Amino acid sequence: MMAAELAFYILAGGAVISALGCITQRNPVASAVWLVGTLFALAGIYILLNAQFIGIIQILVYAGAIMVLFLFVIMLLNLAHRQNDIRRWPMWLVGVGLLAAFGGPLLGLRGYSPGRLAAEVTGAAVYGDPARALPAGQAALKATQERGVVGAIADPLFRSYLVPFEITSILLLVAAVGAVVIAKRKL
Amino acid sequence: MLLSQSLLLSAILFGLGVLGVIMRRNAIVLFMCVELMLNAVNLTLVALSQYHGLSGQVMVFFVMTVAAAEAAVGLAIILAVFRHHQSVDLKDINLLRG
Amino acid sequence: MPSIHGWIWLTVALPLLGFLVNGLLALRRAEAKTTVSLVGAGTVLGAFVVALAAFLEAARYPLHEAVIVPLWSWIPAGDLQINLAFQVDPLSLVMLLVVTGVGSLIHLFSIGYMRSDPGYPRYFAYLNLFIVFMLVLVLGSSLPVLFIGWEGVGLCSYLLIGFWYQDKSNADAGKKAFIVNRIGDFGALVAMFLLWQALGTLSFTEIAEKAPEVLQAGGLTVTAITLFLFLGCTGKSAQIPLYTWLPDAMAGPTPVSALIHAATMVTAGVYLVVRTNVLFAMAPVSQTVVAGIGALTALFAATIGLRQYDIKRVLAYSTVSQLGYMFLAVGTGAYVAGIFHLVTHAFFKALLFLGSGSVIHAMHHAYHATHSHEDAQDLRNMGGLRRYLPWTFGLMAIATLAIAGIPPFAGFFSKDEILAFAWGRGEHDPAWKVFWAMGTLAALMTAFYMARLMAMTFLGENRTGVKEREQLHEAPWIMTGPLLVVGVLSLIGGVLNLPAFWPTPPHHGLDHWLEPVVAPGARFLPVELPHGSTEYLLIGLAVLIGAAGLIWGVRSTLARVIPTARAAPEERGLWKVINRKWYIDELYDEFIVRPLVRLSRVVLWRVVDQKLIDGAGANGSAWLSRRLGWVGSKLQTGEVGIYIVMFLIGAAWILHAVSR
Repeated sequence: MMAAELAFYILAGGAVISALGCITQRNPVASAVWLVGTLFALAGIYILLNAQFIGIIQILVYAGAIMVLFLFVIMLLNLAHRQNDIRRWPMWLVGVGLLAAFGGPLLGLRGYSPGRLAAEVTGAAVYGDPARALPAGQAALKATQERGVVGAIADPLFRSYLVPFEITSILLLVAAVGAVVIAKRKL
Repeated sequence: MLLSQSLLLSAILFGLGVLGVIMRRNAIVLFMCVELMLNAVNLTLVALSQYHGLSGQVMVFFVMTVAAAEAAVGLAIILAVFRHHQSVDLKDINLLRG
Repeated sequence: MPSIHGWIWLTVALPLLGFLVNGLLALRRAEAKTTVSLVGAGTVLGAFVVALAAFLEAARYPLHEAVIVPLWSWIPAGDLQINLAFQVDPLSLVMLLVVTGVGSLIHLFSIGYMRSDPGYPRYFAYLNLFIVFMLVLVLGSSLPVLFIGWEGVGLCSYLLIGFWYQDKSNADAGKKAFIVNRIGDFGALVAMFLLWQALGTLSFTEIAEKAPEVLQAGGLTVTAITLFLFLGCTGKSAQIPLYTWLPDAMAGPTPVSALIHAATMVTAGVYLVVRTNVLFAMAPVSQTVVAGIGALTALFAATIGLRQYDIKRVLAYSTVSQLGYMFLAVGTGAYVAGIFHLVTHAFFKALLFLGSGSVIHAMHHAYHATHSHEDAQDLRNMGGLRRYLPWTFGLMAIATLAIAGIPPFAGFFSKDEILAFAWGRGEHDPAWKVFWAMGTLAALMTAFYMARLMAMTFLGENRTGVKEREQLHEAPWIMTGPLLVVGVLSLIGGVLNLPAFWPTPPHHGLDHWLEPVVAPGARFLPVELPHGSTEYLLIGLAVLIGAAGLIWGVRSTLARVIPTARAAPEERGLWKVINRKWYIDELYDEFIVRPLVRLSRVVLWRVVDQKLIDGAGANGSAWLSRRLGWVGSKLQTGEVGIYIVMFLIGAAWILHAVSR
């Protein structure tokens, strides 16, 4: 456990620092690269949290495709030298205010230990064994061990969530066509 | 394991994303901060899928897919806007004034 | 045999039809005089026939309870259910006969009197409309229906007083009548609200049932209700303090004065008191007020009549005075006596007015022929007309004897009964002895001024002028005929309610007839007639006073040479005050009218209307919404970035709301 936690804290720190870098850099290319850093750190955290498939997909799709797309567009628009596009200080107040508004309730999430989650889900007042109170998680762990990482996620993806899967593929098609249509100079 | 820490990290990343949305005037950077927010949510889903089953990871899968589609279309729109205004600074995109 | 009472609405429908036809003709073909005469007088005569039939049926099969004839539902509003319904009972039948009977006679008279007037169809249209509203008033089965008629006759009074509206003073007189009436109507409305709140009903039969149980006799509620009702009566029936409109109302055509301001509309107040007699019987304070004001008005108006020179003015003040007698009667609790005097007064006052109409008609004709501009209504320009208008003289003499209270004419019985009841109540309440004295003094003055009027008009030397004299002649038969009818009625009218000591039957006819109507009130208020020697003393005194007044009036008028109006000297001293009506109109003007006008102009118009309502209200709210709109428009910057921030603010709020 110690190693996992240590690794987690290092990766988490990296994610936060990269996120800060993303939102404060003037140069949009720099922002994009810092964001890539955040995505890598998050991918590492996913692997630690037993979601290996998702972690790899994160690197392949998010960092590898989406961010590349962002960078392409930034290069295309030749935006590298625009200056001073951070809003003036009155908006800082609004920003901090909204941060508090959003972050406040969300910070309440840090109190969620597995025991408390189990207690809330089962409605019992006593913290029983979380592993037994939440059987789905255990089943997930067992599936990963039996069928491998990819096989475990293939089961719900192609069985319970088949229809959303198909619809998502149509969505991708539509998005691709739409992007081409919008971005063309002449139809 | 690491549930509460993951959730806290997710909250922090989400807040930073909100701050970025408010603070930046560049449309593309704004978009990137929105992606940051999406990632924070993905982290939450993955952290809880440890206890609620693999559906959480499936949802993350779909979120990523939709985020990809959304990024493509959004950037195409920004391209089109840029062609019209010669700028992606939000200050200059004000034709909705009523 | 089906009852005619169900058809009682015909009496209203026929004159209404007349109004519509005549009105249409007035707008389109004003020359169709024959049609107008036929329709105008015919519809009212038709109504009289129906009324007579209803009366005869009620005489044969006596009505112990009122027959309600509902027409339609007028105001259905939760607890408040007011139907437009007519009530056939002894009292309404009496009033119905008087209104339609005297009304038809006056319509016939008008055919002759208004023959050469260009507004002939309009006149008959208004007159028919008046009959409609008056009948609604007397036939109404509840206070709101009565009030429709009440207001309607006020409207027709305004229209008819100002009939020759091209002359501003006529239009002003019409306005004055309507506005002074409105003050009284306010009282009637407040009384209706109080009554509704106390009893929950406004129909007369239900009031008679519920009032003795729900209200406390002598209590504040019933006193307040009756006093406010009486305020309405003072307006409509021209008592103190709201009588000032009646003398001015003489600006209208004479038949109008005869019908509206003598026989029918002004008696509506008396009718109202008798209709709600149970309420008045329960409020001794109100009774004193009613009787007191009645007696005071009788005396006061009589004093003014002593020194007026316009023939119609004298009769107008005489009407106010006689109405005072009626209120003295109903205030004392002698409701039947009040109605009796109402009926006999209708006869002889209509006769007096119509007769004066004949005289004025002749004088106008004479002055018109010689292109003279003298006043045709001034007593000082008349004199010795007995030779030229013998029938008019004879008939008006009958009326004068009736109003003075000389037996066996009608006025003797009714007036004597009122004064006797007043004396009788004086045994319990000393105030009534004062009222009796006022009434008796007024009777003396009545006889005097009527004799003065007759002497100045018909007796002595003629002052009209040599050339005009040749043109004076009796009125055509269409005018003298109705005069004959009311003359006969004034002669024999006393038969309606003969007192016990009279040798021939029938006795107490009206008492028996109206008994079911006044019974509810009589429970609270047994009034006694004095008997035996007191009774004979009072009668003798009354006759003596009447005769003395007449003789004194004639002799003192003919004793001096009367100058013509043009040559007459200024009045001086007390006579001037009386001639100027005790300056009451001037007092009202100074202390009530002018302050009100000033208040309206300065405060209500400039401050409230212009500054508050227009400025703050209308303009101010527009200014405010423009300002608010300006603030709102600042949100629409058009910048997408700002919109995104707004988006986030909204999302944060939802998050807060959901995470409670």
